[in-house]
Parts: sequence; C-alpha cells; structure tokens
Amino acid sequence: MKKLILTTALLALAAGTAAAQQTVRMGTEGAYPPYNFINDKGEVDGYERELGDELCKRANLTCTWVKNEWDSIIPNLQSGNYDTIMAGMSITEEREEVIDFTQNYIPPLASAYAAISPDADIEGGVVAAQTGTIQASHVAESGATLLEFATGEETVAAVRNGEADAVFADKDFLVPFVNESNGEFTFVGEDVPLGGGVGMGVRKSDTELKEKFNAAIQSMKDDGTINAMIRKWFGDEIQTF
Amino acid sequence: MFASCADPKSLEGLSWLLCYLTSGSHIAFYWSFVTVLVLLAVTAPVALAFGFAGAVAARSHLWPVSVAGKTYTAMVRGIPDIVFFLFFVIALDQGIEWVTHQIRCPDWTEPVRQGLEFRVCPSAKVPPGNAAQIWHQIYGFGLAVVTFAIVFGAFVSNVLTGAMNAVPRAQLETAESYGMTQGQVFRRILVPQMWIYALPGLSNLWMILIKATPLLFLLGVQDIVYWARELGGTKTSLYAYPHPDWRLYYFLALLVFYLGMTRLSEIVLGRLTRRLSFGQATAAGEAQRKAAA
Repeated sequence: MKKLILTTALLALAAGTAAAQQTVRMGTEGAYPPYNFINDKGEVDGYERELGDELCKRANLTCTWVKNEWDSIIPNLQSGNYDTIMAGMSITEEREEVIDFTQNYIPPLASAYAAISPDADIEGGVVAAQTGTIQASHVAESGATLLEFATGEETVAAVRNGEADAVFADKDFLVPFVNESNGEFTFVGEDVPLGGGVGMGVRKSDTELKEKFNAAIQSMKDDGTINAMIRKWFGDEIQTF
Repeated sequence: MFASCADPKSLEGLSWLLCYLTSGSHIAFYWSFVTVLVLLAVTAPVALAFGFAGAVAARSHLWPVSVAGKTYTAMVRGIPDIVFFLFFVIALDQGIEWVTHQIRCPDWTEPVRQGLEFRVCPSAKVPPGNAAQIWHQIYGFGLAVVTFAIVFGAFVSNVLTGAMNAVPRAQLETAESYGMTQGQVFRRILVPQMWIYALPGLSNLWMILIKATPLLFLLGVQDIVYWARELGGTKTSLYAYPHPDWRLYYFLALLVFYLGMTRLSEIVLGRLTRRLSFGQATAAGEAQRKAAA
C-alpha cells in the first residue's frame, strides 16, 4: 500500500512538472506574407511570428511554430495538433461558433479587389479568393463567380494567367503584389471593410491560455509596442490601435 | 550557406542563383526528396508484408481467418484513397492518444470529446507537447507509412491471391504425391513459383505508389510538391530572394524526378522479370529454355 501511495505521488509530481514545461504549439499557414510566411532560411517569419514570440515572452510561455494547410487549420486545432492559430484569421461569427478568439491584434481590416485591367468586372466577372476566408464568402454573396484556391499566392497568379478577372483579399496582403508589379496590377473599386479584426484562435476549452494571451496582447496595446510592430510589417499607412 | 550570400540583394546573375538554390528553404526542399525516397523504401516492404499476410489469410481453411483476410482487401479497396487518408490517419492518431489517456490518466474527469474538440490529458499527448518538432515530423511520417502500407497492402493482397491461384495445380499435386505436407507445399512450391505471376500486378502498384507520394502532404508531411509550390510562387521584396512566378520550373524539376524514378523502376523490374521467369512453365520461361538449348 505504501509503495502504491509513493508511486502515485511520484506520478503526480512527474505530471506536474510535465504540465509546467508544456510547450505551446503555435499553428500558422506560412503562406500569407506579410502576416506569416516561410522565409529563405526555411523558418516561419512575418508579423505574426514576431508578435507571437513577444506575446509568449510576456505570458511566460515556451512556444514553437507549426505549419499547417489553411484548409484544415481549424479541425487540426480542435484535434490538438497545436494549441493556437495565428494565421491572419479574421474574427467572424461563423468561426466563433467552433473556436474561441483572443482580442484582436490587428484592427478590423479593409479587403480590396486587385486586377490587371482597371475596369475589370468585379460584380459579374470571375473573382479569385482563398478557400474558407471571409473574402470567399463575400465574393459568393456579391454575385460574381467565385474561383477558390488553397493559398493566397495562387489567387494572384490566377489573375495574372487570365483565369480570373480580379482577386479579392486582405488589402495588406495585396499591397506588395500591386506595388511591385510595375503597374501591371491596380486596385479596382472601393475597399470593403470585413470581419472584426485578426485574433488568435484557441480551443473553446482552453480558457486559461486564452486569458494569458489576452493579457499579453493588452499589455502590448497599452505600451504601444504593437503599433510599432504593425507599422514595421505593414507600412505607415495602415490603421493601428 | 556561403559567406558571399550574406547580402542577397547585392548579388546578380549566377552568384545570385547559386545563393538562391542553397538557401535554407531550398535545402529543406532537397531533403524532402530524401523523405519521399525513404517513404518508398520503407512502405514497399511493409505493404508487401501486409499483402502477403492478407493473401495467406484469405486462402486459410479456418473460416474466421479467411473472412478477416477477405474483408480487409474488400474494404480497403472499396474506400476511395483520399477518404481513407483523411479519415484513417485522424482515427489512428486519436485512437493512440485515447489509449495512452486511459492508461496514464485514469483519474481525468473531463470528457475526451467536447463537441468537436478532442482533448486528452497533457501527458497522454503523442508525441509529448514539449517534444522537439522533429519528433512530431517523425510521428507524422510513421502514420503516413502505416496508412500507405494498409492501403497498398490490400491491393498487394489481391494480386498475390491471384498469383497463388495461377500456379499450375499439377505442380502442387506433384509435390503432394511426393508426400509433402501442406506447409511444405506452400513454402517450397507455391511461394517460389507465384512471384512471376504476381510481378506485373506488383510493378503496377509500385508505379502507383511512386505517384501517390504527394498524398503525404495531406498527412502533414511537407513533401516535394508542397515545397515546389511554396518556393515557386511569386516572392515579393519581403523575401531575401524576390522572383516572379517560377512554379513552372519547379514542377518541371518534379516531372524529371518522377520520370527518372519510372525509368529506373522499369529497368529493375525488367531484370527481375527475366530472373524470375527462369525455369518457369510460362511463355517467357519457355523462350529462355529454347534460347539456351
């Protein structure tokens, strides 16, 4: 009996230390610059990488980064392959039914249409968008023909190849493509405000983790460091907190 | 990799290309070729073992064993690969974690399934949450091998059953009349002779297996197709090596790789066929005998 109690105590102790050292696995897509991308060293890089590392430091957590396809990023969070999603994911009602979000770390975003021809038909033509994004739902409702792709980069390539008349995505994502296309691409039509900003996705049952990150984001908003980081990655024209 | 690559923006022409092709992400791309080759090297024998066991089970005189063997082939062959890859891997992964959860955390009170979430206690996570990323990758790779082996094993099993039935009955009867037991007939006569009949089917499966490796990406293993798409896509000046859409060139490289694999396989399989035909009661074996005479 004594032995049994001792073993149980030891086990409990071991479990306790294991929990204390638990690494938080941060899931991201790695294909949505400047939010997150795989840099030329083969590592996850971008605004969310820098922000995520800083948040982990403030919340006193050890974090590692994990790549996952955008398509299956929510199911794999739920089945426990990683603990958070930082992948430029806008907070929407639909998503809040299945996962929880921390407070936003990017203010509500403008989405925009980019096209090669300045008078591309964005209401009745073919518009490319990434699968499972708020932009894809918006295009589907707008009356245009929706052409979906697995990654953001492929939606831009589709316009260049002539498969689609325009691409609809987060404006911050499109800005570098438009600026560096030597006038090939232009923004078409008005910007469209969509979603409630970008937040970190966590499992509904992980309330403790969510509160830790909420506090860390709040502290970065309070001392203004988050704004400096947003300007560093997205330029000076972007809206900050 | 090279000291001269420290500032890629200042490079031009060949030296730029050299630095570009040796960047960290390209090294990962080259390693993914190794991943694919290792997967093939490990999966092929495991699938063959699964298939052999399935074929032997299906031929068994014991009713439950034979039913199990036949069910395995029929079920796996009937389910679309992609469903199997998406469903089975998740089921296997969660099954393993569920079992470790039962063993290690018997006192855990919260339900494992909460709505859409699957939550086991932290110490039941496989691999452990604080393990290095490499262990997660190896675990994912292991799941991929098991899944590939089960799927391809079912097809192999069917091919081998056919091959066993194709061995001329007279050969087996002769062995029996010499007084060999069932086991001896199986080991000494049936198995050595069946390979020549199984080879066309097996070589087909091998080719399909080579082409099926991009399915690895569905299982979370970053394979050559993932890297080709990732590296080939347009790179804005945010990256150290900006370039336009180069996916065509990357996929051409994959084409060369897959064609090379196919050609190599054809040569090896051709030799194997000649070797296995030797002394067989088939048209090819007969031709060899006449040529030698």
